[in-house]
Amino acid sequence: MTKPRTLYEKIWDAHVVERRPDGTCLIYIDRHLVHEVTSPQAFEGLRVAGRKVRRPDLTLAVPDHNLPTTARVDADGRRIPIADVESAQQLAALEKNAPEFGIRYIDAVAPEQGIVHVVGPEQGFSLPGTTIVCGDSHTSAHGGMGALAFGIGTSEVEHVLATQTLLLSPSKTMEVRVEGKLGAGVGPKDVVLHIIGTIGAAGGTGYVIEYTGNVFREMSVEGRLTVCNMSIEGGARAGLIAPDETTFAYLKDRPMSPVGPDWDKAVAWWRSLATDPGARYDKVVTIDAADIAPCLTWGTSPEDVVPITGVVPDPASFADPSKQVAAKKSLDYMGLTPGTRMQDVPVGYIFIGSCTNSRIEDLRAAAAVAKGRKVAPNVRQALVVPGSGLVKRQAEDEGLDRVFIEAGFEWREPGCSMCLAMNPDKVPAGERCASTSNRNFVGRQGPGARTHLVSPAMAAAAAVTGHLADVRELVDAA
Amino acid sequence: MNPVHTVAGKAYPLGLKNVDTDVIIPAHYLKTITRAGLGRGAFETIRREAGNVFDDPAFASAPIIIAGDNFGCGSSREHAAWALADMGVTAVIAPSFSDIFSGNAFKNGILTVVLPQAQVDRLLEVARTDPITIDLDTCTVTTPFQDRFTFAIDPFRRDCLLNGQDEIGLTMAMGDAIASYERSMAADRPWLSAAA
Repeated sequence: MTKPRTLYEKIWDAHVVERRPDGTCLIYIDRHLVHEVTSPQAFEGLRVAGRKVRRPDLTLAVPDHNLPTTARVDADGRRIPIADVESAQQLAALEKNAPEFGIRYIDAVAPEQGIVHVVGPEQGFSLPGTTIVCGDSHTSAHGGMGALAFGIGTSEVEHVLATQTLLLSPSKTMEVRVEGKLGAGVGPKDVVLHIIGTIGAAGGTGYVIEYTGNVFREMSVEGRLTVCNMSIEGGARAGLIAPDETTFAYLKDRPMSPVGPDWDKAVAWWRSLATDPGARYDKVVTIDAADIAPCLTWGTSPEDVVPITGVVPDPASFADPSKQVAAKKSLDYMGLTPGTRMQDVPVGYIFIGSCTNSRIEDLRAAAAVAKGRKVAPNVRQALVVPGSGLVKRQAEDEGLDRVFIEAGFEWREPGCSMCLAMNPDKVPAGERCASTSNRNFVGRQGPGARTHLVSPAMAAAAAVTGHLADVRELVDAA
Repeated sequence: MNPVHTVAGKAYPLGLKNVDTDVIIPAHYLKTITRAGLGRGAFETIRREAGNVFDDPAFASAPIIIAGDNFGCGSSREHAAWALADMGVTAVIAPSFSDIFSGNAFKNGILTVVLPQAQVDRLLEVARTDPITIDLDTCTVTTPFQDRFTFAIDPFRRDCLLNGQDEIGLTMAMGDAIASYERSMAADRPWLSAAA
């Protein structure tokens, strides 16, 4: 009998090209997503060394990070150039590099354009049991499809382009099991924020996390992508959820999904990937779903999580002296006083979008709260940025754009937007934003910007009340 | 990549934990298409603080940074490693590093040395006044005061650093093994290429 294996071990084993005596393995990469920010130096490296892209057919390029989310074509259908010279130069580099190296390219005005981590699953490019990389740490999102997916640096991007492989050491495995029934108003974002608050921002360092338990089995693919997306904020380079009927139903008939006999063959293999009974994880974390409240961050690390019913913590309440120092600095930056009720904190900016929360379900959840309400007068800007052109079109077909626009939100073109301050969507210094993105780092949404990470429903609740708010009170009232 | 054997000199006693990649190099510096010149944006937010270690003449051009837990957490941007290299930093000592950052650092010849918090605390104290030496041949960190701390490092990475190996070149030499894997993949999982 063969040794029981975890999902991670099965995918790893299926991709070993060569095992070195020191334990390092040459791992084959099935799917490589490329965007404009982390690829120019990699293509330049290939050019200088006279190297080709080994498997352009396994590579897909799409710009997302620094595209403005305002209109991209004028009334006559002509492309509107990007005003920022450096952003325009990065986009131009990708537009030149993709055809030069024979890579499929979804351009800035294509209907399928969007954030790489939304486009990959949506196109059926990201498949269960594959290895997926991208020069972006939130590549962990694709783990929601049951793929081993992780972010890489530009040298590794170049390595994958040239060889379709990476030299890697196996990771340790961590099981995060969440069982039970989620409370009202609690969504996938709350689940993953709660997990990060529990394990800490470095808790998953050196590990690949597999999320198990009925909460994830019952979760949609969109929700699974949200959870796996933020694995990196808990330090884990990758997060995984076993592919199942939900995954297969999601993938069926996507543009790049397998078809015909290949589909049946693929599904049969995908079914065999789930962790075997008796397989061992290096670490196990168990969480009761009933303990998870709608939550949000108060500080400048994604581990700084409190329930919406909580208060700003006192730095002295942390046992670790270095955490006390960090908490003090965080509160100074965030302009918060210990003991303040989170729900009493006013917000001036709202961002609904990013590779974490810009899929159709996210927009539906936010729209359900926004419907029939108005963005509060103290909110200076409230953005809704669909994750892709296809998400945008579907939302418009469902009338969600009207709900947002009537409530006073701005309805934008797809892209990374206000998540990372690389395009015109930024939060001004000293301003506070309820954001569905993934990082509350110092300066992340703009120099001096103050970020509170929340779910789409909570972001909408903050928009219509003008302060951080408990979505359960609005949903009950509705 | 140039071979690395020792890194010796002053060290910035930063000490902070969770130093993320947005702190190491803010996103607005990422709109470049080259690897050069990023040192000017390194630690921009910290450098706005009075009395910060990076603008203290006592540590000018130090080749080492000493930090707290989870150094380099966050984004996969290799610009963080390029920024450190551009400011002359060739080693970082901390109790833990983000996996992606340590990989990026390694690929740019920057040593990431993991030591327990107590030893990091001792080095933070020494670094205020005295230099520190990291020796990759013996895997030790030493000070002028007889401190001698040994560290573990991935043997493959150590080998590459000591020999200045070009990893892409190494892998391309394994082209036959890759081609053979691709043939078995096409047979076992035909949908991977067919869909593409």
